Amino acid sequence: MAPKQRTPKVSRNPDLIRGVGKFSRSKMYHKRGLWAIKAKNGGVFPRHDAQPKAPSPAEKPPKFYPADDVKKPLVNKRKHKPTKLRASITPGTVLIILAGRFKGKRVVFLKQLSSGLLLVTGPFKINGVPLRRVNQSYMIATSTKVDISGVNVDKFDDKYFAKEAQKKKKKGEGEFFEAEKEEKNVLPQEKKDDQKTVDTPLIKFIEGVADLKAYLAARFSLKSGMKPHELKF
Amino acid sequence: MGDATVIASSWRLVEVGRVVLFTRGQYEGKLAAIVEIIDHRRVLVDAPSDASLPRHSAALKDLTLTHLVIPKLPRAAGTGVLRKLWEAEGVEKNWNGSAWAQSRAKAQRRRELTDFERFKVLRARKQQRFEVRKAFAKVRSSAKA
Repeated sequence: MAPKQRTPKVSRNPDLIRGVGKFSRSKMYHKRGLWAIKAKNGGVFPRHDAQPKAPSPAEKPPKFYPADDVKKPLVNKRKHKPTKLRASITPGTVLIILAGRFKGKRVVFLKQLSSGLLLVTGPFKINGVPLRRVNQSYMIATSTKVDISGVNVDKFDDKYFAKEAQKKKKKGEGEFFEAEKEEKNVLPQEKKDDQKTVDTPLIKFIEGVADLKAYLAARFSLKSGMKPHELKF
Repeated sequence: MGDATVIASSWRLVEVGRVVLFTRGQYEGKLAAIVEIIDHRRVLVDAPSDASLPRHSAALKDLTLTHLVIPKLPRAAGTGVLRKLWEAEGVEKNWNGSAWAQSRAKAQRRRELTDFERFKVLRARKQQRFEVRKAFAKVRSSAKA
């Protein structure tokens, strides 16, 4: 694509020296044609009406003034930059998890979520790692790839993995002991099905490559003489 | 006084025509021949088959002497003369056939293995060990009986 031809902006009011224009303010008012816009609008500049404010709940005036000055926190408008995905990690890359319950496990990368975390799966049937989010700083990317073209990961986002809100229950004296028993964390059937639908095409591919299944099932660990900074993954 | 037999040493000598291997520095792993000895620490080397290694003076501490020598290489021979003798001697072929070069190549290949390939090697070695032990157990049990 050819670069767009950019015409340099020419001011109607060229500088005589820096900060002093050739024409006066009122002259520029005429030159810019603002009078025409005003005339069309009945003597005022067109403008947007302010949006009606959402009615705020009526606040009670405080009963007494605070004794001390309370400083208002400064407004922080900074936005975090989105996390950059490491270049060595592409969909289908086999990753090694370095921390947590699944450390040493080799897993398949599916996609990066909007929070910057990586969505991975074991597959669960092979090495017991479920669909899971992991930070990429706890990962080693290997050069092995798995074909994930048959996997649909559209439905997974950060919300999918959010904790369910705890329902607060009011307990009477009598139920206090019984109530604890029936509470049990059971993975909903829906998530089990999701796991299966994601893993099925993966497992099919993995079984087609010699040794790959055993590779994913095996944990990574350093043996004597292995220098991680000199290894190629 | 007993008899003393004088035997010439069989050391590898720093000599004109000695094929050397760079063990460190920019040209690590490359093969060259000594063309001229500059002093007790430096030699002039040249590698006719490797364009990336220029004719230059190299420190002996960066080199190791190989068992290969190009005999009757004239002192300070030019690259053309050296190439002719280098090829006539088959230096490259002799080097690649040596156990030293082969173990170097093997180590190099091992270093470049990816994680998955390392795993495959691990499995293959396990299978090999299993077969060897199986065969050995068979021989041992038949020898006892």
